[in-house]
Amino acid sequence: MTTTYDSLIFELSQPDRSGVDLPESDVESVDLSDKFPEHLIRETEAELPEISELQLVRHYTALSNKNYGVDNGFYPLGSCTMKYNPKLNEDVARLEGFSRIHPYQPENTVQGALQLLHELQEDLAVISGMAEVTLQPSAGAQGEWTGLMIAKNYHKHNGENRSKVLIPDSAHGTNPASATVAGFDTVTIPSTKDGLVDVAELKKLVDDDTAALMLTNPNTLGLFEKDIVEIAEIVHEAGGLLYYDGANANAILGKTTPGKMGFDIVHLNLHKTFTTPHGGGGPGAGPVGVTEKLIPYLPVPRIKKVQNHYVLDDKEPLSIGRVKGYYGNFGILVRAYTYVRTMGAEGLQQVSESAVLHANYLKKRLETHYESPFPQTCKHEFVLSGSKQKKLGVRTLDIAKRLLDFGYHPPTIYFPLNVEEGLMIEPTETETKETLDGFADTMIQIAKEIEQDPNIVLDAPHTTIIGRLDETKASRKPVLRVPVTTRNLSNNS
Amino acid sequence: MNSTFRYLTDTKQDQQDMLRYLKKDSIEELFDDLPDEIRLNEALAIPEAISEPILMKKMQRLSGQNTNANNYPFFLGAGTYDHFIPSVVNHIISRSEFYTAYTPYQPEISQGELQAIFEFQTMVCELTGMDVANSSMYDGFTSVAEAAALAVSSTKRSKVLISKAVHPESRSILQTSAAGPGYKVEEIALDQDITDLKELEEKIDPNTAAIIVQYPNFFGSVEDLQEINKIAKEHGALLIVSANPLALALLQSPGKLGADIVVGDMQPLGIPMSFGGPHCGYFAVKKKFMRKIPGRVVGQTEDTKGKRGFTLVLQAREQHIRREKASSNICSNQALNALASAVCMAALGKHGIRKMAQLNIEKADYMAKQLVENGIKVINQAPFFNEFAVELPISAQEVNQKLLEAGFIGGFDLRKEDDRTNQMLIAVTEQRTKEEIDQFVHILGGLQ
Repeated sequence: MTTTYDSLIFELSQPDRSGVDLPESDVESVDLSDKFPEHLIRETEAELPEISELQLVRHYTALSNKNYGVDNGFYPLGSCTMKYNPKLNEDVARLEGFSRIHPYQPENTVQGALQLLHELQEDLAVISGMAEVTLQPSAGAQGEWTGLMIAKNYHKHNGENRSKVLIPDSAHGTNPASATVAGFDTVTIPSTKDGLVDVAELKKLVDDDTAALMLTNPNTLGLFEKDIVEIAEIVHEAGGLLYYDGANANAILGKTTPGKMGFDIVHLNLHKTFTTPHGGGGPGAGPVGVTEKLIPYLPVPRIKKVQNHYVLDDKEPLSIGRVKGYYGNFGILVRAYTYVRTMGAEGLQQVSESAVLHANYLKKRLETHYESPFPQTCKHEFVLSGSKQKKLGVRTLDIAKRLLDFGYHPPTIYFPLNVEEGLMIEPTETETKETLDGFADTMIQIAKEIEQDPNIVLDAPHTTIIGRLDETKASRKPVLRVPVTTRNLSNNS
Repeated sequence: MNSTFRYLTDTKQDQQDMLRYLKKDSIEELFDDLPDEIRLNEALAIPEAISEPILMKKMQRLSGQNTNANNYPFFLGAGTYDHFIPSVVNHIISRSEFYTAYTPYQPEISQGELQAIFEFQTMVCELTGMDVANSSMYDGFTSVAEAAALAVSSTKRSKVLISKAVHPESRSILQTSAAGPGYKVEEIALDQDITDLKELEEKIDPNTAAIIVQYPNFFGSVEDLQEINKIAKEHGALLIVSANPLALALLQSPGKLGADIVVGDMQPLGIPMSFGGPHCGYFAVKKKFMRKIPGRVVGQTEDTKGKRGFTLVLQAREQHIRREKASSNICSNQALNALASAVCMAALGKHGIRKMAQLNIEKADYMAKQLVENGIKVINQAPFFNEFAVELPISAQEVNQKLLEAGFIGGFDLRKEDDRTNQMLIAVTEQRTKEEIDQFVHILGGLQ
């Protein structure tokens, strides 16, 4: 980047510029005051910017230059599976027969779209070891809530009003939040020293009020819950259901399935394991799979194949109802479908093998310089602790900021909560060994800097277009929109 | 590696080197912690891998089986509309610095996304007349349920009233959502094409957290928010409005008319129909609810040297901090689609968006008049925006079949709504030409 660009789009605005040409009306004009009562007609115009098309393009191009994505460089953000987002998938999702179709047009005019959805449902059922899948949920958190509502209705139908959901202390924040939104009380299960679910504690906490146990496997420490069969038995014996948070499914493709492990409900994050882009925060997709006995509770409409025809069916009396508009984030589902077809069974299995190999390799390269609280073999990600560095006055946040100077996106930090000064690293299968080595070398260099010249880390980042931001002030006195007074003042385009 | 998957990078040599470093003989050893009884012993039963050129052909064929809006004029709306999308929109959102980025948790390398969302929040506030908007929700329908949850928690009341003139999918998602925390949802009947205010007066009580209406409503009609707000405020309830952002270019903003929460979907502004998703919910509130708003919010601040910058703010509301006490469980949102709609709004600008809205009103108005002249009854009594319902001599399904044969995608079949047999909801956007409208009217006029 050669120049800094700091304008807000509103500051470029000049009266009577426009970025589009709309056609003139080819029908009779309508005077709003003839049609609508006066108090329902807008009197002050919405102040949208007035800029030319080139100004618009330069503005957003400048903004994109201030942004860092997987296409810019290594993005080892633990738990987020920041793998490569294939370009073919983008092109396919933009085909007019997918992007320019309406959710309510007659079924016989969208058979291709319904076939794609039906096949994706079937493939994800196989990959997760479930009997049936719904594609409706738009994100992992919505999948969790959908799954828990299924659990709720299942218990209710069996005449039980179970109120508790058990969640390990290492779980993603969405797990307890989703449980609350679904109307459950949450109970936290502690982890053992080894980072796994404390089975003895689980036995004490499970009872006939347990609706479900939510579990990520491998867990957020990147460790496989090897007692999963026993855990499943304990929960099932108490009449509870097992919920699989699929955030970490990138480690198990073709190796095992949540179904094999004994789970009853699964969500998969298509924006993690199945390469759909994160989009700067979304859209994603969080399909949910269930075992046979839970099929009747899936959201409607269900997509079914009747002879050689695909249909939408909303006549399911036990269904929890609708959870999302239409049939889910279709454009995302198209991308995931394209990916699954690209890889096939063998390719998906190689994905997990490579992801796990990469994580273990990188972990071992870093363990001599950073505290490794869980030295055992990891799966697709691992968690280090910055505790050694903290004793020298440098915190994990500082290490993260220093990484920015070397052109890396930092790992997930301060998560999971049961690790002091945590650094959660997920390299993914799409990175080369050279990239892993380069990152390891940099992390080792930073560890040395902390011993020799900690200020360089404490003052980081040095090379970014902006320094550390005052986040406390930003939340104490929030400025959440462009203030009216700063609009139209500048003319520095 | 015996196969060439282009998204995988390890050579045989790479794998050997890494395994040697790990003192392992095979990758399989890295999976030793998986108990035998849960191992898959055979390959996943999914179709075989397909190479890029062949897969592209296959996908083109599959997409070709769908009738799309490039080839057929669509008169179908009901929440998703065929609107003009300027070319710049796709070019901007195709910049991979935007679309391959994660949530902007590292502001120093995410200023582009953060600023774009900050500007998006501003545009949403301008259109809705509200003080604070978030960075997006899944869609307009789920935003309605989130708004109800906010109302229930902040008023500590346990009933919400929703008009039957609100989109049926909003209403059914609200029912699903309410079953979690267990608040009550009651529907308010219609007075022809708008909310029945008399029934609203009867059903509202001191336990009512909010009234939810749509603007324009599901039938295209513009509700009198001023009257509805009066009823809400007399009983201490909040007014939640689900609004079409394009219509707000010309209609009085819900904020000015007293709304406490305004939600909706940005799809009409820059987002393809895409078989119903991904679209982009928006969520805007009056300042007093700022710390209760769900989802991510971007704020302006300064860096250590006093330079203007942007960052995620008020995160203490969110699930990754508050866990079970969070105001919502939302994490991933629809950021890229929020960007698309921001680009579209900026391209249209202050006047363009009004012109686009005006075109919608005029074309719908013209079509309704033509239909009446051709003996088709228009049901709407209240003024409508770009959509209206008609009474047909035969079922809407049969009419749609005839229209399809003539090369049109007809309107939304209303028979599922309160048994409105032989009724159809017709949407007319700026995309429809007079010629298309006249042909469509001709077909409907010829039915008997």
